[in-house]
Amino acid sequence: MEFDFAEEQPKFLMLMYGLIAFVAVVGGLLLLLDVVPAWFARRREAQLVAAATSGAPLPRRRKPREGLFALFFLLPTLLFLVVGLVVPAIRTTLLSLMDSGSTNWVGLRNYGWLFSEDSIVRVLINTLIWVLLVPLVATAFGLIYAVLVDRARLEALAKSLIFLPMAISFVGASIIWKFVYAYRGDGQEQIGLLNQIVVSLGGEPKQWLLDSPLNTFLLIVIMIWIQAGFAMVVLSAAIKAIPADIVEAARLDGVSPWQMFWQITMPSIRPALIVVVVTLSIGTLKVFDIVRTATNGNYDTSVIASEMYNQAFRYGENGQGSALAVFLFVLVIPIVIYQIRNLRQQREG
Amino acid sequence: MTTATPTVGTGVQATTTTTRVSRVRKRLNSRTATLVSIVIALLWTVPTFGLFISSFRPEDQIKTTGWWTFFSDPQFTLQNYQDVLFGSSSSSGQLASYFINSLAITIPSVLFPTAFAALAAYALAWINFKGRDWLYIAIFALQIVPLQMALVPLLKFFSTGVTVAGVQVLPAWDLVDEQKFAQVWFAHTCFALPFAVFLLHNFIAQLPSDLMEAARVDGATHPKIFRTIVLPLITPALAAFGIFQFLWVWNDLLVALIFAGGGNETAPLTVRLAEMAGTRGNEWQRLTAGAFVSIVVPLIVFLSLQRYFVRGLLAGSVKG
Repeated sequence: MEFDFAEEQPKFLMLMYGLIAFVAVVGGLLLLLDVVPAWFARRREAQLVAAATSGAPLPRRRKPREGLFALFFLLPTLLFLVVGLVVPAIRTTLLSLMDSGSTNWVGLRNYGWLFSEDSIVRVLINTLIWVLLVPLVATAFGLIYAVLVDRARLEALAKSLIFLPMAISFVGASIIWKFVYAYRGDGQEQIGLLNQIVVSLGGEPKQWLLDSPLNTFLLIVIMIWIQAGFAMVVLSAAIKAIPADIVEAARLDGVSPWQMFWQITMPSIRPALIVVVVTLSIGTLKVFDIVRTATNGNYDTSVIASEMYNQAFRYGENGQGSALAVFLFVLVIPIVIYQIRNLRQQREG
Repeated sequence: MTTATPTVGTGVQATTTTTRVSRVRKRLNSRTATLVSIVIALLWTVPTFGLFISSFRPEDQIKTTGWWTFFSDPQFTLQNYQDVLFGSSSSSGQLASYFINSLAITIPSVLFPTAFAALAAYALAWINFKGRDWLYIAIFALQIVPLQMALVPLLKFFSTGVTVAGVQVLPAWDLVDEQKFAQVWFAHTCFALPFAVFLLHNFIAQLPSDLMEAARVDGATHPKIFRTIVLPLITPALAAFGIFQFLWVWNDLLVALIFAGGGNETAPLTVRLAEMAGTRGNEWQRLTAGAFVSIVVPLIVFLSLQRYFVRGLLAGSVKG
């Protein structure tokens, strides 16, 4: 049986329902907001006319109801945020204090499990390695490349190539790199680039992704490969925003490129640098797709987000899964506080 | 640098030699920089390129020789794409079906948050009401809540509804097959809103206030101002967020895995590919072609609209 297009029709129908709902909700809201005030305005006009003809005192102008407008503008957003984010987050916090079926309160037992179970401690260590390495290496690479490309020709092309992995899904990127890490038995011709390089240098081919702790680092390479482009683009824009007269003045003073980098470039792009590191750190903490696609969290590569998925949705351990989610949230908070403090300093200074 | 006009003869000579030296150095510098940056950029592309080449090679070739042998022994076929897209056996991938799912998930998941966030951002920027700043800060702060915090209860909300003290307040959604798209739209909309409001607020708040006041004096109401003045002006921002959200939803695995299920009625490409990479990790003829089927749409969107995307990225991250 070949691919049957007719079987796909219900999906398009559903998509159409979605689009109709969109038009109805957004269009309806705008129409409502347009028609109702217009109606009030007309009524008021009629009142004024009536008052003027009968010689009665003019009705006082009421204050325009700004708040009501705001409510309607904000209604969909607030509704979705409360139902989809605020209430669930509170419930997850409560669930983390309950057992796997969410029936009995167990206090902090799930959090105790987090730090006592060997396999979970391994998960926490892996996450730590990820969060230390990815922002550091990706930002360093992005910075060096941004400085380099600033003086190069074909700048747009080079930047596009580095930036391209940003468009590729983590799943796609994982498959791309799994192919690089592919293994064929000793004696066979290798099909993976990495093993081919190793073999041609006289080494033994390896099953890279089975080899802990090396495999975690190989997965980290995938993340760096994707995120370096983001760091590069933001930092490159920051470098270009440095006022030309400062650079020119330094150059006239005979500053060496090295001094130029540390004394002019670095201080000028510090805010952008912090933003990049913070964004990458938060993104890395939540990394899930790469681990799930490349190893499914096996061979000691699991991280918090993938373990959370496994606990809550594969093993039915809602309590432990929720505890992992809350722990993830707790890890994000200090990073954000650091960024807010930096922003405040920047505004004051 | 050549504007200096020294009066002493020796001075003239000195400056001209230094400028010549520095000009040569500069040119050399730019040449090495160009070379190094292009080489790195090409190296960066090698893994993708290898997969791309492989997807056009016959199965037995992919499995026995490296993709670099393609250049000495080129063999070209479209069979992999034919199999992975339209093949009927369950092992083939049937990606055409999942491709449609990806589309059906992505389009509404982009439209809803964009529209809602634009409305909310306008209210937060230009309508005066009590507690406006606090509300904005609250929405802003929601950005840091990892979506993992919402997954378990939200899934429960869809599957069992809401009961308060034993009383069923909202029924379960009870969705089957392709109706589950609605769950995914809902989840993506919720998770996207904090960032969307923040990004669009950045743009809308910067519109000139004279413009707004003039419109108000002319008797325009808020909905009218929003429709006729604000919307046309923030189209670039809407595009920036739209692309951002498009790439995010199309490439997402976690939300789809939980809310769409795994069947070919609703699961998007990413879910199917992740599953194939797990269970058929050695079927490279399918994985390579499959990966490219999933990459091609975001790549086109990205390359054609890169300008907007970068602008959104910079506005979202640097202004923070």
